[in-house]
Amino acid sequence: MTLSNAPATSPSNTAGPERKALDQVVIRFAGDSGDGMQITGSQFTETTAVAGNDLATFPDFPAEIRAPAGTTFGVSAFQIHFANHDILTPGDAPDVLVAMNPAALKVNLVDLKDNGLLIVNTGAFTSNNLKKAGYTSNPLEDKSLQPYRLMEIDVSKLTLDAVKDLPINQKDSLRCKNFWTLGLMYWLYGRDTSGTVRWLQQKFKKRPELAEANITAMNAGHAYGETAELPSETTPFTIDRATLEPGEYTNITGSSATAWGLATGANLAGLELVFGSYPITPASPMLHTLANLKEYGVVTFQAEDEIAAVCAAIGASYAGALGITASSGPGIALKMEAIGLAISTELPLVIVNVQRGGPSTGLPTKTEQSDLLQCVWGRNGDAPLVVLAASTPSDCFEMAIEAVRIATRYMTPVFLLTDGYLANGAEPWRIPDVSTFERFPVTFRTDTEGFHPFLRNDELTRNWAIPGTPGLEHRIGGLEKAYDSGNVSYDDANHQKMTWVRDERIRRIADHVEPQKVNLGEDSGDLVVVGWGSTYGAIHQAVKNARRSGLSVSQVHIRYLNPLPRNLGELLSRFKQVLVPEMNNGQLVKMLRAEYLVPAEGLNKVSGKPFKIAEIELAIRQRLES
Amino acid sequence: MSVAEPTPTLTRKDFTSDQEVRWCPGCGDYAILAAVQRLMPELGVPKEDTVFVSGIGCAARFPYYMNTYGFHTIHGRAPAVATGMKLANPKLDIWLVSGDGDALSIGGNHLIHLVRRDVDLQFLLFNNQIYGLTKGQYSPTSVLGQRTPSSPMGSVDNAMSAAELALGAGSRFVARSVDTDLKHLPKVLTRAHQHRGTSLVEIFQNCVVFNDNAFGHFTAKDVASDRQLMLEHGEPMLFGADNGKGLRVRPGGGVQLEVVTLGEDGIGIGDVLVHNETDRVLAGALAQLQPPAFPVALGVLYCNPGVTTYDRAVRDQVVQARAKRGPGDLNRLLRSGHTWKVEL
Repeated sequence: MTLSNAPATSPSNTAGPERKALDQVVIRFAGDSGDGMQITGSQFTETTAVAGNDLATFPDFPAEIRAPAGTTFGVSAFQIHFANHDILTPGDAPDVLVAMNPAALKVNLVDLKDNGLLIVNTGAFTSNNLKKAGYTSNPLEDKSLQPYRLMEIDVSKLTLDAVKDLPINQKDSLRCKNFWTLGLMYWLYGRDTSGTVRWLQQKFKKRPELAEANITAMNAGHAYGETAELPSETTPFTIDRATLEPGEYTNITGSSATAWGLATGANLAGLELVFGSYPITPASPMLHTLANLKEYGVVTFQAEDEIAAVCAAIGASYAGALGITASSGPGIALKMEAIGLAISTELPLVIVNVQRGGPSTGLPTKTEQSDLLQCVWGRNGDAPLVVLAASTPSDCFEMAIEAVRIATRYMTPVFLLTDGYLANGAEPWRIPDVSTFERFPVTFRTDTEGFHPFLRNDELTRNWAIPGTPGLEHRIGGLEKAYDSGNVSYDDANHQKMTWVRDERIRRIADHVEPQKVNLGEDSGDLVVVGWGSTYGAIHQAVKNARRSGLSVSQVHIRYLNPLPRNLGELLSRFKQVLVPEMNNGQLVKMLRAEYLVPAEGLNKVSGKPFKIAEIELAIRQRLES
Repeated sequence: MSVAEPTPTLTRKDFTSDQEVRWCPGCGDYAILAAVQRLMPELGVPKEDTVFVSGIGCAARFPYYMNTYGFHTIHGRAPAVATGMKLANPKLDIWLVSGDGDALSIGGNHLIHLVRRDVDLQFLLFNNQIYGLTKGQYSPTSVLGQRTPSSPMGSVDNAMSAAELALGAGSRFVARSVDTDLKHLPKVLTRAHQHRGTSLVEIFQNCVVFNDNAFGHFTAKDVASDRQLMLEHGEPMLFGADNGKGLRVRPGGGVQLEVVTLGEDGIGIGDVLVHNETDRVLAGALAQLQPPAFPVALGVLYCNPGVTTYDRAVRDQVVQARAKRGPGDLNRLLRSGHTWKVEL
């Protein structure tokens, strides 16, 4: 581990007992919503990324901003899995649990591995907090924690002691305890604190006393590690760098990747981007990112509601920009009529759906994949469009560009499906060189000869003529239009033809996208595990594990959900069994059975949490090891 | 130096599309369409920069009959679609055509936010106090007690006022006219077009099939002069035969308007209130006036342009961002977070 460039203000990372080398660790930070667990987690993530590990994260927080303190439903957690090798999931079960109060312990202990390291802030284990968490006896005293390696630390008191000479009040002092904890964890894993020092100095630029207090608390936590007595079998650790492809890396969330991908896509198409959006969890971060990209030709419009957001995007596309909107399940439901208008008028439009638990308001901060059928089928009339899904946080970048390419080349609305887990999760990303990307510039119609708005090319794509172009004045709308002129038509045969055209032109897009590949394993065998979206990592690892024991299982992960890849049906038919894990009650599995008459079988989980590798691996073994 | 080519003079015909107009015979929409088609050449805006946008309803067919760009969108959402157009291309001259159901019921929210943002476009609200295209149900502007297929015992919904709603939402231009008033309507539309920001024009429009003569009590020839107050900025608010009546603020406190007759009780022209279209309180009072006690206020009730418009302010921020940070460089953006290098 190279940590030679640590600045003098950071404590040394090599002091203390000898470090034990590990291949991978899963840590979960858990505390009250107000304890700053998400900040602690993301700082640990940044530092871990810079240290060269591969990583994956899973922030898990309640819908309430500050739920009543000390309650189990107010617990906020952040899990990070980091390793010296390539990893794809935030880990099934934590090796280390940091519990900042009794409620956090109560909610999260069930996941901690046996003999896992449990760090508890005893200062928060007051009788009142124990009661609020629903404990009838103090777990620190009733031996119920014996299966774990327990580190009892009064973080609250040690934090107050550390910052007592600083000019801040008691409340602000106590709020530094997450950085105290972070300091201890940095020591435990031999991490450099300087990145976090810089971050705090920047964040509290206007209140330097808070920056100083948090840095002091962090350094105190770090120093505590050097002198504290650790539970038996516990030593500080090192985790070597992962072997990553050479290049420049950054740590990226699905939200940022999507927003950057959309901006990049618009640039490659040579269009300005108009992003209409209404605040909704967990899609809002995209609006925040894009609102700050004005110099890139990105205009954001915070609309009065979801409907206005998509309608403004449609208006923008009509006027010659690229209209994009984003939301999550309930907001997408509101947009559907307007999306039908974009289908009928054949205008480019990208709709990002950051899925969350449903139905209705559902589980706003929890992840789910239950909007697939809504997006593919959920409109009045026969209203086909393109549906894509991103598989990992960094894949959001690539698929966002692909969504823009398809929308502009084929004059169609395109759904891009992500979910809360992808949007909030982070991973190291090898930053591409945008200048090497293939551009796909849009050509607007200017020739007046023989023009009508629904003139089509061989791909059945209509020409795009925009206001401001002399001689091409025309009217479009949601009424059925005549194939030959674009004028309003109620003719029966024409409607039959137009319904076919709308369907066929979307189907033909499958000729121009990558065929379905086998992501892992052979292209035939006993079992294929078919997934889409954020389950990629868990499925991949589960299939890998099963293959190590000699099982004939392959992974197929679908990114193009409508139209489905041309070769998919034939590919699936070469396997004896088809297993479809989804974080819903069985949606892709229905589509596959309907489309290909294959005996696909669902593996469904709707707990608001991603699949564990073990859950999928078990399902594979149950089918192949009988 | 380049010499500007003389702009060819356009005529009404240039703005008339080849589509057959399909409103009911006698519909007020015909008169409005004719007025707009006649007015267009006078405004001097190139045809290709003009866009008519509508929602759903009888009025919403309007774009099909204009030989400009046009978008017949979905019910109530035209303001949002038009806002998006204006964000993409602020040069476009946009006319929004809507009705009382489209603008005030299903699209009420969008109207409110359009006018508060002050997007630069003209909003023509054809108010016929009825749902026409769905065959005659009562609308948000139908009078209380109106019997319709959906209110057989009389509507129990209070009617709303488009002008008052718009003023309350922060509108900076509110005007009114009557579909068949061939002199007045073009004048009001011209003012609306001159105004930078959202110009709301409520046009009282007769639905000959489902709500015939809904406005006869103030538009019929024999009562028009007594029941219509034609507003002119800076002029005393006079109406009636020979302009014999006027409005003043009722003495004795409050801001209630009252009708006075010139020459009676010592009332002279100097007692009559002078219209000031930049006075929002006055505009609100005028919007409320209803026959028979008062005349209906027509013309420009309120015109008070803001320092900028929504679309301009949005564009200005783009310019500012570019001035401050330079044109966007995607490779720089992708490296704007914490980055590190992995060597071979």
